[in-house]
Amino acid sequence: MDSALLIHRLHFAFTVTFHYLFPQLTMGLAPLIVVLKTLGLRRNDERYNQAASFWGRIFGINFVIGVVTGIPMEFQFGTNWSHFSRFAGGVIGQTLAMEGMFAFFLESAFLGLFLYGEKRLSPRAHWFSAVAVFLGSWLSGFFIVATDAWMQHPVGYIKAADGSVQLSSFWALVLNPWAWWQYAHNMSGAVITGAFVMASVGAFYLLWGKFLEFGRIFVRTGVAAGLIFSVLQLFPTGDGQGRLIAQHQPVTLAAMEALFATQPGAPLVLIGQPNVDDKKIDNPLIIPNALSFLTYRAWKAEVKGLNAFPEDEWPTSIALLYYSYHIMVGLGTLFIAIMVVAAFLLWRGKLFESRWILWALLLALPFPYIANTAGWITAEIGRQPWLVYLLMRTADGYSKTVSAGNGMFTLLGFMGMYTVLAILFLFLVRREIEHGPDEGQATERLPKGSLTRAELEPAALAGASHRRED
Amino acid sequence: METVWFMIVAVMVAAYVVLDGFDLGAGVIYLAATKTADERRRIMRAIGPVWDGNEVWLLAAGGTLYFAFPLLYASSFSGFYLPLMMVLWLLMLRGIGIELRTHMHNPVWVGFFDVIFSVSSVLLCIFFGAALGNVVRGVPLRPDQYFFEPLWTNFRVGTENGILDWYTVLTGVIALVTLTTHGSLYVAVKTEDDLNARARKVAQWLWPVQLLLTVAGLIATVAIRPGVLDNYKHHAVGFAIPVLVFGALAVMMHGMIKRADKIAFVASGVYIVGMLVGAAFGLYPIVLPASTDPALNLTIYNTAAGSHGLSVGLAWWSLGMVLALGYFFVLFRMFRGKVRLEGQGY
Ligand code: HDD
Ligand code: HEM
Ligand code: HEM
Repeated sequence: MDSALLIHRLHFAFTVTFHYLFPQLTMGLAPLIVVLKTLGLRRNDERYNQAASFWGRIFGINFVIGVVTGIPMEFQFGTNWSHFSRFAGGVIGQTLAMEGMFAFFLESAFLGLFLYGEKRLSPRAHWFSAVAVFLGSWLSGFFIVATDAWMQHPVGYIKAADGSVQLSSFWALVLNPWAWWQYAHNMSGAVITGAFVMASVGAFYLLWGKFLEFGRIFVRTGVAAGLIFSVLQLFPTGDGQGRLIAQHQPVTLAAMEALFATQPGAPLVLIGQPNVDDKKIDNPLIIPNALSFLTYRAWKAEVKGLNAFPEDEWPTSIALLYYSYHIMVGLGTLFIAIMVVAAFLLWRGKLFESRWILWALLLALPFPYIANTAGWITAEIGRQPWLVYLLMRTADGYSKTVSAGNGMFTLLGFMGMYTVLAILFLFLVRREIEHGPDEGQATERLPKGSLTRAELEPAALAGASHRRED
Repeated sequence: METVWFMIVAVMVAAYVVLDGFDLGAGVIYLAATKTADERRRIMRAIGPVWDGNEVWLLAAGGTLYFAFPLLYASSFSGFYLPLMMVLWLLMLRGIGIELRTHMHNPVWVGFFDVIFSVSSVLLCIFFGAALGNVVRGVPLRPDQYFFEPLWTNFRVGTENGILDWYTVLTGVIALVTLTTHGSLYVAVKTEDDLNARARKVAQWLWPVQLLLTVAGLIATVAIRPGVLDNYKHHAVGFAIPVLVFGALAVMMHGMIKRADKIAFVASGVYIVGMLVGAAFGLYPIVLPASTDPALNLTIYNTAAGSHGLSVGLAWWSLGMVLALGYFFVLFRMFRGKVRLEGQGY
C-alpha cells in the first residue's frame, strides 16, 4: 500500500474512532436525562431533578470532549480527503452543512441554558432546554449518519461533466433507506451505551453502599432502557442492516461472515479464525443453514461467497472485518442476556440485593463502547476498497498533495493530544462519580483554605452543584 | 446563484470573526489586563455561556463553504494542511482551557488552564489573520487546481510562497491588534469598576496602532495585488467600504472617550465587517488567486457545486439561519448586562 494512503486512512480512522466514543454517550444520555427530568416534573420529586443534574454534569464534561474532537473531523474531509471532497462535495456538502445549520447551533445554544440555567429558568423552561439538547444531538447524529449512508449506498446524484457527482434529488438523499436503517441501529446503540453507563454507576453506588437511593434510580432507569434497546439493536435494526448489506453489498456480507465459497444452505460461523490464504475458516463452530435463513428467510437459499467476486473487489482487511462484526454481534447477544436477567430480578424486586448481577452491570461498562466501535469498523472496513460504494476507490480519494511525512506529523500530534484529553476526561468523570449526586455533600469536599473565598464558586459555597464558572 | 453563495459564505465568515473575535480578544488580554483571580473570573463569565455558540459559526461557515464551493474547500484545506491542523490543535486547547479550568479549585490546575486559554487565543488571532493574508496574496496553484504551501520559504511575496511571508505576518499582526481591541471593548461592556476602566484603556492604547496598521495594510495589499482595485474602479460604490472602515475607527475613539463602551464595541464590529467585506469585494469573483499564473485562479464559477444543489440549499439555509438567529437572540438576552460575581447573576 502506498504509504501516504495508509497514513491518511489511519489518520481518519484514529480521529473518528476516538471522537465517536463521546457522541455515543451524548446521544445516549440525552434522552435518559429527559426521562429523569420528566419524572421529576411529573412526580414533583426533587431526587429526580438531582439525578438529572448529576448526569447533566457528566454530560457536560463528555460534551466538551465531543465538541473539541468533532471539529477536526469536519476539517479532515478537506485536509486529508480532498480528492474525495472535490468528487462528492456537491452531494454530501448538503448533509454536512445542514448538520451545522440545524444541529450544532441548536445544541450549543441550549446546552448552556441546560447546564447553567437551572437556577434562572422555570422548571418547565429547564425541561425544555434538556429536550432541545436531546433533539440537537439526535439531529446531529442523523445528518452525519446520512452522510456515511450515502457513501455506503449512493443515491440522488448525477455525474457531472468534470467527473464529480452532483445532487439530483434532495429527498432521495435524506430519505435514503440505508440512512434510516443505519440511523435507527446507530441511535439504539448509543442509547445502549447511555443505559449501561447509568446502570453501571448505579450498581457501583449500591455495591459501595453510598447514595443508595440514587443508585436504585440509576439502575432502574438503566435496566429499563437497556432491555428495550438491546432487543431493538438485534431486531429489527441489526437484522434490517444485515439484509441491506446482503442486497447491496453482497461481497461485504461474504467477507463479514468469512464465507469463501458460494453455497446453498450457508452456515453461520459462531467462532473460528478466517484463514484468507487458504480461503477457509480455522477451528469453526457453526450453525448449519443459519446464514441462508437470516439473509433470505429460507434455509436452503444460496448465499454468494467471496469466490463469486473478483479479488480486487474484496474488502481489504477480511480478518479485521470478520472479527469486528463477530465482536459486535457477540456483545449484542450478551447485552440482551444481562438485561433480561436484570429486568427479571427488578420485576421480582430482588435486583438491588443480587450482588452478582450488580457486579455484572458494573463491569459491563466498557462493552457497549467496544460494540459500537466494532460496528463502525465493520461498516467502514466492509465498504473497502470503495470510498463511495462503486463510485470512487479509497486509493483515489485522499489528498495527493499532502505527503506521508506531513500526515504522520499530524497523526502523532493528534495521538498526543487525545491521550491528554482521555486522561483529563477519566480524571474528571471519576471525581464526579465519587462525589455523587447528593448535592448536600458538595460543599464538604471543596479544598477550603487552599484558596481565597473569592476563588471558590459562590454557587458551590451555597451548596449548589455548579462548580463551573460562567 | 454562485454570487449569492459567495455573499452568504462571506457573511458567515464575518459573523464568525465578529462573534468569536470578541472572546478571542478577551483571551488575549485575559492574563495581561487582570490583577486578581476575581477579575479573571469576570472575564470568563462574560464569555463562558456564548463562546461555544460563537465557534459554531466557524463550523457552519466551513460546512457552507464545503457545500457551495467543494473544489475550493478541497484545494485550500489540503493546501493549507499544516497551519490548519495547528489551528485545530489550538481550538481544542482553547476549548478545554475554558471549559475544564474550574472543574477543580486548585490554583495549579486553574493557573495551568488560564495560560493555555490565553496563549491559544493569541496564536489563533495571528493564524486567522495570516490565513486571510494568504487568500488575498494568492497561493502557488498548479494546473490540477491543487497546491501545498510549506510554513515558510524566504518570507518574500513571490511565486514560491510559504504560509508566512512579510505580508501575511503583517495581516496576522493586524488581526491580533484588531481582535484585541474588539475583545477589550467587549470586556469593558460586560464589566464594572477597575476592570472596566483597564479594559477600555487597553483599547485606547491600541487604537492608534490599529489605525496605522490599517493604513499600512491597505498600502501593502494594493502593492502586492493591484488587481484588488479593479472592482472598486468599476463600481464606485465600493469606495463606501473604506469610508465605513475609517468612520468606524473614528466612532470607536469617540465612544471610548465618552466611555460609551457599547457604541465603541459595535463600531469595532463594524470595522471588522468593513475590512472583511472590503477584501471580499476586491477579490470577487476570485476566491483563491494563483500566485503562479492568473489563469489558474480559483473563482466562484470553477469551484461551485451543481446548480440544483445550490438552489435546494437556499431553501434550507434560510430556514436554518432564521432558527440560528433566534437562538442567538435568546442566548444573548439571557446573559445580557454586566457580569456580577455575587449570586447567580451574570
Ligand atoms: C451497542 C452497539 C451495537 C450492538 C450490540 C450491535 N450493533 Fe450492529 N452496529 C453498531 C452497533 C451495535 C453501530 C456502531 O452502531 C453500527 C456501525 C454503523 C451503524 O450504523 O451502526 C453497526 C452496524 C451494523 C451492521 C452494518 C455493517 C455495515 O454497514 O457494513 C450490521 C449488519 C449490524 N450492525 C448488525 C448487528 C446485529 C445482527 C447485532 C446483533 C445483536 C448488532 N449489530 C449488535
Ligand atoms: C464514529 C464512527 C466511525 C468509525 C469508528 C469509523 C471508522 C473508520 C475506519 C476504521 C476507517 C478506515 C477504513 C480503512 O481505511 O480501511 C474509516 C474511514 C473513513 N470513514 Fe469512517 N468511521 C466512522 C464514521 C464515519 C462517518 C459518519 C463518516 C462520514 C460522514 C465516515 C467517513 C469516512 C471516510 C471519509 C473515511 C476515509 C476513507 C476510507 O478509508 O474509507 N466515517 N472510518
Ligand atoms: C457515527 C459517527 C458520528 C456521530 C453519530 C456523531 C455525532 C456527534 C454529536 C452528537 C456531536 C455533539 C457533541 C458531542 O457529542 O459531544 C458531535 C460533535 C461533532 N461532530 Fe460528530 N459524530 C460522528 C462522526 C463525525 C464525523 C465523521 C464528523 C466529520 C464531519 C463529525 C463532526 C463533528 C463536529 C464538527 C462536532 C462538533 C460540533 C459542535 O461544536 O457542537 N462527527 N458529533
